[in-house]
Amino acid sequence: MIEQKVVAPEYLFNEAEREEQFITGSEAVREAIRRANVDMAISYPITPQSESMHLVGDIYAEGYIKEYFRGENEFAVMSSVAGAAMGGVRVFTATGGPGTLRAFEAFPTWAGARLPVVCAFMTRGINSPLSIQPDTLEMAYMLDTGIIMLHAENSQDLYDMILQAFMIAEKPEVHIPVGVFVDGFFVTHTRDRVKIAPPDIKLPPYNPYSAPVPVMDMENPPIRQMRDPFVMKSNFISYAAHASWQQEILAAAERSRRHIAHYLGSLLEAENENAQVMIVASGTAVSQSREAIESARQEGLDVGLVKLKSLRPFPTEELKAVTANAKAVIVPEFNRVGWLAREVRAALEAKVKVVGGPRVFGGMTMPPDLILDEIRRCANE
Amino acid sequence: MSITPYRVLVGPEGYLPPAAASRGVLLPEKGEALIEGAIVPEEEAMQAIATKLLSAKNPFFFPGPQLLWDWKEGVAQKAQAVKRLADLAGARVIPMPDYRPKYPMINPAVEINPNHPNLTIWHNKIDLCVFIGVHCHYANMALKIIRGGTSCYTVALCGEAGHEDAMISLCCMGMPELAKLTEIIRTMKGEQAA
Repeated sequence: MIEQKVVAPEYLFNEAEREEQFITGSEAVREAIRRANVDMAISYPITPQSESMHLVGDIYAEGYIKEYFRGENEFAVMSSVAGAAMGGVRVFTATGGPGTLRAFEAFPTWAGARLPVVCAFMTRGINSPLSIQPDTLEMAYMLDTGIIMLHAENSQDLYDMILQAFMIAEKPEVHIPVGVFVDGFFVTHTRDRVKIAPPDIKLPPYNPYSAPVPVMDMENPPIRQMRDPFVMKSNFISYAAHASWQQEILAAAERSRRHIAHYLGSLLEAENENAQVMIVASGTAVSQSREAIESARQEGLDVGLVKLKSLRPFPTEELKAVTANAKAVIVPEFNRVGWLAREVRAALEAKVKVVGGPRVFGGMTMPPDLILDEIRRCANE
Repeated sequence: MSITPYRVLVGPEGYLPPAAASRGVLLPEKGEALIEGAIVPEEEAMQAIATKLLSAKNPFFFPGPQLLWDWKEGVAQKAQAVKRLADLAGARVIPMPDYRPKYPMINPAVEINPNHPNLTIWHNKIDLCVFIGVHCHYANMALKIIRGGTSCYTVALCGEAGHEDAMISLCCMGMPELAKLTEIIRTMKGEQAA
């Protein structure tokens, strides 16, 4: 293990000289966690996430993480992660696809308990006939769990967002989980150029005593107080307390906007935002859209691109602003239900035509030609 | 988000007032504060707190576990400073010792609980309360319930980022800020007496 020095997050993210490495997305996860000053990591294998947590285990063996173990299953892992976070440590895990759904009950309880867990979700198919291939359908289920959702386009995003996620999640006024989502296989199992900070620096440690809820340390006050649920109580006071509690979770996500903008630069990125046809996408659909836009421009078509980096909180006002001149918005997705098109339609309030598609699912990649066809159709309408 | 900026005003606002953060109210930066949803300089908010405290009929401080338990260095001194501040302002103190929902109910004459803070406010006819040392999640939760069900004016003296759901909120509240607020109250009280 290399002796590491704690540095300011802004230095690690923006100022430290970076080295370019040709690595997989899973290896980018390892390199992020190496610099994240993580206390504990808990793993359970599920394709395509398994390799990431194997590699995190490797750096535990090297001494970069204080505790690491394998849970009994995904539900056990997510519950153990909750316990670790309640105990006041910085904790990381990852899952994907059916693992996400198997553990699903944990995610709203993480948010409700104000736990600053960071979890990477390597998405894949979840519905029968079962597939291990890329698909982002599980993200639809996660949208209303109360967690912050960032969506990485590539390995560089994955490396950066995991590190940034800890800083966002642990702000006292935020202090809810952050899920860093990435399209499995396309990113996790392919090599890409990733610029990473030196290995001898790391993030500042988590300070649990600034948390908005008491640390569940049973030996030291002020902690001898459980976060009692209201589930067994049927009276007006319990209803009001529970409702006010839930509002506070949503408020915490709202407060994260400022910090997401600080660390990620923005909740979305826009290119050529005066174009009449805009593509709005997240994850690897952004990369495929870039290919299609390149071809469209060679044909003389004017197209812009919006890359959504944060899905929760959703950048509604920013999206309205960058699509203000558009007559059509195309939303390509890697799932059959079109959850992102629903989000975009709700945000834009029928002020612009939203084309829900093209969509691919079941594992195939998105041919840029499919997106190009929609661009031509919208441009010529 | 509403077109008219949401204002955090004295209640009762109704069963479920919105979280002010969800209606566009932003937290202050260091050196700033919130008055009724608007960001102002910290000094202005301290003056407003002093005015409200000295004109209230029945003001109370609600110290939370972070101030009541001697759990880390400096807490006892801070608690003493808060007690001096409350005494100077003519405010009484009711503690919030923990956050457990208690059934059938707490004794509202001697205790406040974040799950039903309205009971303590109603029982004691409190027209202004000051939260300090309450963990932020529980403070926000209680501040919303107070705004929903009572006509009590709420002030939060927060050591972290502040509270949008209080009518006046300071942030980053350490010993220097406590001393400054105490001095402002002392001066204002002297001017009123003169």
